[in-house]
Amino acid sequence: MTDKHISNTHTGPIDDISGVTTTGHEWDGIRELNNPMPRWWVWTLYATIVWAIGYCIAYPSIPLIRDSTKGLLGYSTRGELKTEQNAATQAQTAMADRIASASLQDILANPELSQFAIAAGSSAFKVNCAQCHGSGAAGSPGFPNLNDNDWVWGGSVDDIFQTVAHGIRHPGDDETRFSEMPSFAEGLQPLEIRQTAAYVVSLTGTPRDPAMAEPGKALFEANCAACHGENATGNRELGAPNLADAIWLKGEGEDAVAAQIRTPRHGVMPAWLPRLGETTVKELAVFVHSLGGGE
Amino acid sequence: MNLYRSPMPAAADAPVERLNAEPVNSAQVRKPLYEKRKKIFPKRAEGRFRQFKWLVMAITLGIYYLTPWIRWDRGPHAPDQAVLIDLASRRFYVFFIEIWPQEFFFVAGLLVMAGFGLFLVTSAVGRAWCGYTCPQTVWVGLFLVVERFIEGDRNARMKLDAAPWTLSKLRKRVTKHVIWLAIAVATGGAWIFYFADAPALLSSFLHFDAPPVAYITVAILTFTTYTLGGLLREQVCTYMCPWPRIQAAMLDENSLVVTYNDWRGEPRGRHAKKAAAAGAVQGDCVDCNACVAVCPMGIDIRDGLQMECITCALCIDACDSVMDKVGHERGLISYATLADYSANMALATDNGTKPIDPRRVRKPEGGFSSAVKHFDWRVIFRGRTLLYFTVWALVGLGLIYGLLARDRLELNVLHDRNPQFVVESDGAVRNGYQIKLLNMIPEPRVIRVSIEGLPEATMKMMGQEGEARVFLIPVQPDKVTNARIFVTLPKAAIGIAADGFSLVAEDEASHERDVYKARFNIPEVVQ
Repeated sequence: MTDKHISNTHTGPIDDISGVTTTGHEWDGIRELNNPMPRWWVWTLYATIVWAIGYCIAYPSIPLIRDSTKGLLGYSTRGELKTEQNAATQAQTAMADRIASASLQDILANPELSQFAIAAGSSAFKVNCAQCHGSGAAGSPGFPNLNDNDWVWGGSVDDIFQTVAHGIRHPGDDETRFSEMPSFAEGLQPLEIRQTAAYVVSLTGTPRDPAMAEPGKALFEANCAACHGENATGNRELGAPNLADAIWLKGEGEDAVAAQIRTPRHGVMPAWLPRLGETTVKELAVFVHSLGGGE
Repeated sequence: MNLYRSPMPAAADAPVERLNAEPVNSAQVRKPLYEKRKKIFPKRAEGRFRQFKWLVMAITLGIYYLTPWIRWDRGPHAPDQAVLIDLASRRFYVFFIEIWPQEFFFVAGLLVMAGFGLFLVTSAVGRAWCGYTCPQTVWVGLFLVVERFIEGDRNARMKLDAAPWTLSKLRKRVTKHVIWLAIAVATGGAWIFYFADAPALLSSFLHFDAPPVAYITVAILTFTTYTLGGLLREQVCTYMCPWPRIQAAMLDENSLVVTYNDWRGEPRGRHAKKAAAAGAVQGDCVDCNACVAVCPMGIDIRDGLQMECITCALCIDACDSVMDKVGHERGLISYATLADYSANMALATDNGTKPIDPRRVRKPEGGFSSAVKHFDWRVIFRGRTLLYFTVWALVGLGLIYGLLARDRLELNVLHDRNPQFVVESDGAVRNGYQIKLLNMIPEPRVIRVSIEGLPEATMKMMGQEGEARVFLIPVQPDKVTNARIFVTLPKAAIGIAADGFSLVAEDEASHERDVYKARFNIPEVVQ
């Protein structure tokens, strides 16, 4: 092999086959060739080492027993999150202020405001309301579906705001929506309860045994019409649901209706104004109003 | 076409200076990868390929630098830059074509065409891309022009490089690198104009209030242009670029490659007359090393086809001018196919049984024997190139068809998934849909959104009054308009026929329309 193949200045013995110098290390006759890393590679390695030392000084890095070193820059991911959250809140201030000062009607009339309110209300809904009403606001027995056009306490945006702000049967709020259906377990015989239930179910156009439903009519007028109305269409002032429509709050079918007559159940919705503030409650009201059933 | 043109009349045995040129990247002696790079000082070449390369260089650089400054009127609602990649609003403008992100397959199609175009060119004329149009080649050419202008041609540069550092050397070197850096900045600077309105960006760039990304991009491209084009040069092609490795699969025995025709050149020698007097055989190669001196890759083409060769053809020019001087036919180094070369080689070596004897390829009275094969242009049209061309053309036709047939109005519908349906108090069933209207022309329009099918159903649209089966939505130029609609089916109509329900968007004026076949969900109990 010619000298042309000597690739470095190492002065060890030259390997005959490759023409490269050896490091002098030998294991069972196998000798290590002295092929150094390329210069740029080595310098890159040194640069990363220097970088790592600088990084350890500047940023939190070395774990201690309870904590870790803080780093000269005082950086923390938690702090970064806080900064970003503040920036996001800051960015929304202008719109949030306009929503705070506008009336609900003004918000609905202004596409820009209502769009923002719906988006903000949607995210507030997912955090605070979805637990009971469902993430799509479709409800479940005892928890009203907010998409439909059947409203126990009224479906105008002001009514919805009032409900969200002060809740339903929420203890400690003077303006809370309050009504309680009395139990008829004492006042009515079991048969009479079944007859009343049969009558109520027949009101939605579902055919029932006339022998049961017809006596139920008189019982309904005597006991229920005061709140639910002559035609059973409900009374929003009292929070008495419309019984003549296709939507059932506490459950569908005669058994569910009979159970409600016997031992009425009453849900409680918290008052959200103290917790979320007026702006967010406004946004929630606009969002619920936009779901399709708003009046 | 006969590439071996008849020579210019010249005095026989005109003195040809032998250049002291060593092939730095010789195929004979492979260097270890750890060896320090030896500098290459390519000599200036003159000739038709050099002329052609100047032309290609002017055209490619011109396209690159000037394209962003071409204006193209698209009306008041769209930018007037002919070629603009508007990343912020995600629109690509190329003259009369506007591309939305979902139409990016047009760009993919162009890349497929570029790929097959490269296959086609390579299989026909070898690494023409590398030698003529590759940005690395073009910019290295530009940087070499500067280097020659400041430091002189090959010998002067070699002398300067070996000279000790003096003020004069320092001045030359600084001037060269400053001009290189200026070119590099201009290269990076031209790039950013493809992504924003060029005149406005130039103004803000010079006033230092352009976005940081503009300065970062220019800095990165300045660095890469300066290092790749000025400092690394041929090492990019040899060590960094994968294409030289792929080319082997693209070439075949009928591809034109830059070839040293040793069947007429060997045995080479400096003293033809002396050799003739002594009765020795001598080929056309006068061993002047002109081909080595001009090579920007530092190879000796006479060693045969090598990976380093970018087929820039400058050695052809260098050799041709020498052949003119000594009165031989041009084309000792030429574009030739392996098939022709092998046939001629077989002729010169008597089928490989004897050393090369150029007398076998020549007629006694001068000129090549009729058995010598010259390039026949018909070999360009062979199965392989025709196949590449066909695929290339089909993709191109497909793209043109796609361009002519594409929609400029699109209706996208997202059916509410939660809740899937809502039962109203009168038993009617309601479904909600989020619709997106894509107005893909730079003009405002009014779009009719209507229901087809479900004759009993009515529609409500958020932000608009009343219930109807048709709503008009004004849409902004080149924008996506969102709308929320509720479709309500009365109780009596439920379960009759839920099929064939579609939402239709139609331009009031042009009647361009898009139909979305939608679903209408109803409660299971009712079904």
